[in-house]
Amino acid sequence: MRTSSLLVYLIALPLFSSALLLLLGRIADKWGHILATLITASTFVIGVYEFMKMHSQPSGSRAVTQKLFDWISVGTLKVDAALLLDQLSICFVLLITGVGTLIHIYSIAYMSHDKDRRRFFAFLNLFIAAMLLLVLGDSYLNLYVGWEGVGLASYLLIGFWNHNPTYAVASKKAFVANRVGDLGLSLAIMICFAQFGTVSFAGVKAGAHGASSAALAGIGAMLLLAACGKSAQFPLQSWLGDAMAGPTPVSALIHAATMVTAGVYLISRSNFIFDASSTARLLVVIVGAITLLFGAIIGTAKDDIKKALAASTMSQIGYMILATGLGPVGYAFAILHLLTHGFFKAGMFLGAGSVMHGMDDEVNMRKYGGLAKLMPITAVTFGLGYLAILGVPPFAGFYSKDKIIETAFNAGGIKGILLGGAALLGAAITAFYMTRLMVMTFIGAKRWKAGSHPHESPLLMTLPMILLAVGSVASGFLLSYGSALVHWLQPVVNSQSMEEGKPLMPALTVSLLALGVVVLGAFFAITKYRSVSDLAPEDVSIFTKAARKDLYQDLLNDKVFVEPGTLLTAGLVKTDDRVIDGFVRFVGNFLAATSDVLRKVQNGFVRSYALLMLAGLVITVIAVWVIGA
Amino acid sequence: MDISNYLYLSVILFTIGATGVLVRRNAIVIFMCIELMLNAANLALVTFSRVAGNLEGQVASFFTMVVAACEVVVGLAIIVTIYRSRRSASVDDASLLKN
Repeated sequence: MRTSSLLVYLIALPLFSSALLLLLGRIADKWGHILATLITASTFVIGVYEFMKMHSQPSGSRAVTQKLFDWISVGTLKVDAALLLDQLSICFVLLITGVGTLIHIYSIAYMSHDKDRRRFFAFLNLFIAAMLLLVLGDSYLNLYVGWEGVGLASYLLIGFWNHNPTYAVASKKAFVANRVGDLGLSLAIMICFAQFGTVSFAGVKAGAHGASSAALAGIGAMLLLAACGKSAQFPLQSWLGDAMAGPTPVSALIHAATMVTAGVYLISRSNFIFDASSTARLLVVIVGAITLLFGAIIGTAKDDIKKALAASTMSQIGYMILATGLGPVGYAFAILHLLTHGFFKAGMFLGAGSVMHGMDDEVNMRKYGGLAKLMPITAVTFGLGYLAILGVPPFAGFYSKDKIIETAFNAGGIKGILLGGAALLGAAITAFYMTRLMVMTFIGAKRWKAGSHPHESPLLMTLPMILLAVGSVASGFLLSYGSALVHWLQPVVNSQSMEEGKPLMPALTVSLLALGVVVLGAFFAITKYRSVSDLAPEDVSIFTKAARKDLYQDLLNDKVFVEPGTLLTAGLVKTDDRVIDGFVRFVGNFLAATSDVLRKVQNGFVRSYALLMLAGLVITVIAVWVIGA
Repeated sequence: MDISNYLYLSVILFTIGATGVLVRRNAIVIFMCIELMLNAANLALVTFSRVAGNLEGQVASFFTMVVAACEVVVGLAIIVTIYRSRRSASVDDASLLKN
C-alpha cells in the first residue's frame, strides 16, 4: 500500500492553529480568523492534491496510509496511531475541508461583531482537526478519538454563547445524548477486540467472515447506536433541534454538512460488518425509515427557521442511514446523498444565517415574508438549495434521493414496499415543509417587526453561499455521471457486487412518482401558506401540536430516563446517608457508649485489678473444665 | 505418702498467696504473696513431674525460679523508688495514672 507523509498535516495544521489561537489569547484577536481560514484552506489544498494523486492510480491501489507512532502495545492489543486515506475517506476530506473553508470565510463576516471571534475560530479549527482524524483513522480506536473530539467541538460551539442559560443547557443536552451513542461505539470496539483480537478496519474486515452471527449483530447494533447518537437518529435524535442554539455557521458546518453525517461514515466504513449480518441491516433500515419520517413531520410545524432546517437535516440523514442498510450499492448512494446534502443543506443554513443577519437575529419565520426583493442573492442561492433538496431534476438531490427511494423499493417483498413507501412519503413531506419555509421567508406579505431593515449580506457571506449553490446544482450530476461515485467507492464498499434482481418498478416510474408527490406536497404548502399570520395559530390539530413539541421526544426522555434517573440518584444518596453512613456512625456510637461504661472498671486500685484477674482465671478454668468434660 | 497431699499443700499455699494479694495494701507483702503463689505452682509442677516420672516439670520449676528472681529485682526497685518519692508503700495510693 502506498504511503504519504502529507496526511498528518491535514490534522496537525488545524490542531496547531486552534491551540495557538487559544493560548495566545487577545494578542491574536486581530488576525486569528484569517489564520484559521488560511489553515483550513491549506488542508483543502492538501486534500485536492491527495485526490489528484489518488485519481491517477489504478482503482485497486488507491488507498494511502501513514503510520505516525506505536500508540498502544499491551499484551495482544496493538494499536498504531496510523492514518488511512482511501476512496471513502477522500470524499469526506474534500467535503470537510471544502465546505469548512467556505464556512470559515462566511464566519469572518457573520461573527465580525462578536468580541469572541478568535475563540470561535479556534473551536472551528479544533472541529476540523477532530473531524479529519475521525475520517482518517485506520482503526476503530483512532476513529474513536476523532469521534470524541468532534463531540467536544460540537459541545463548545453549541454553547458558544453560553451566557444565555438556555444555550448552555442545549450544549449539555447534545453532549449527554452523544455520550449515550459513544457508549455504543466503545462497546462495539470492545466486542471487536474480544472477537477478532484487533480493532483495525483491515483486521476486523478479515475476521468478519468467520465470526458468529450473534457477535456481528452485536457489533452492528452497537455501531448503529453510536451512529444514532452522533447523527441524531431515532431514538437519540432530541439534541439536534436544541443544538441550533449555536451560531449559524456552526449549524451549517457541524450540524448539517459534516459531524452529523459521521454516523453514515461509520456504517459505510463498517460495511463488512453490516454485509455479514442481516439483523444489523434490518435495524439500520428501521432506524433510518423512522427518522426520515420523524424529522420530516417535525419540520412541518416549526416556525423557527433554523429548527425547521435541523428537522430537515435529521430527516435527510435518515435517508442516508436507510440507504446504508440496503446492502452494498446503498453505501454509495448514501455517500452520494451525503455529499449533495452537504452542499445544499450547508448552503441553506448559510442562507438562513444571512436572513437572520439582515433581520436582527430574528429566527421566527412568521416575522419574515417578502424578503426575496431585498435579499436577492440569498433568495436565489436558497432557492437553488430548495430545488436540490426537493429532488427536482436536474438539481443535486434528484440524483441522490431518487436513487435511495429506488433502492428502497428494490429491497424486495413487503419490506421493499414499506421502506420505499416511507421514503416516498418522506419526500412528499419534505416538499411540503421546505415550500412552507420558502413561502414564509421570501414570498408573501411583510410581517417584520417594527424597526427592522432587511438588507443583503456582504460579499464575504454571499460568496460561500453562491459557491455552495453551484454545488447544489451541479454536484449530483457530476458525481453520478456514468455512476462515477459508485465506481469510485467500489473497492471500499463493494458497491457493485449486489446482484441486480428484478426491480419492483423501472427507475423512470420511481422518478416520476417521486416528482409527482413532491409537486403535490409543494402545491399543498403554497395554497396553505399563501397568507400567514405573524402569530402562530393556537386552534390547530392535535398532529400539529405534537409536531410543534417535536413529537413529545423531550417529554418521553424526561418521563422515561430523566425522572427515574433523578429518583434513583436521590434514593442512592439517601441510602448512602442512612444505611452506609448510618452503620458506620452506629459502630462509632456503640463503641463510645460501651467504653464509657467499661472505663469505670479502670479505677486505679491495683488490688481490684488483681481481683478481676483472679475472677478471669477462675472463669477460664471452669470453662476449660466444663468443655473438657 | 499419698501424692495428693502435695497438691493439697500447693492449693493451700496458692490460696493464701492469692488472698494476700487481694486483701493487703503493703506492696512488699503483696510481693511476698506473689512469690508464695509462684512457689505453690512450683510445688504442683514438681509433684506432677514425680507422678509422670519425667523431669520436665522440675525443669519448668527452675525456669519459674529464675523468672521470679528477675521479677524481684525489678519489682523491689520499683517499690523502693515509689517509697522514696511518696513515703508510702501502699498500693492503693499509687493511682496517679487514674484521670
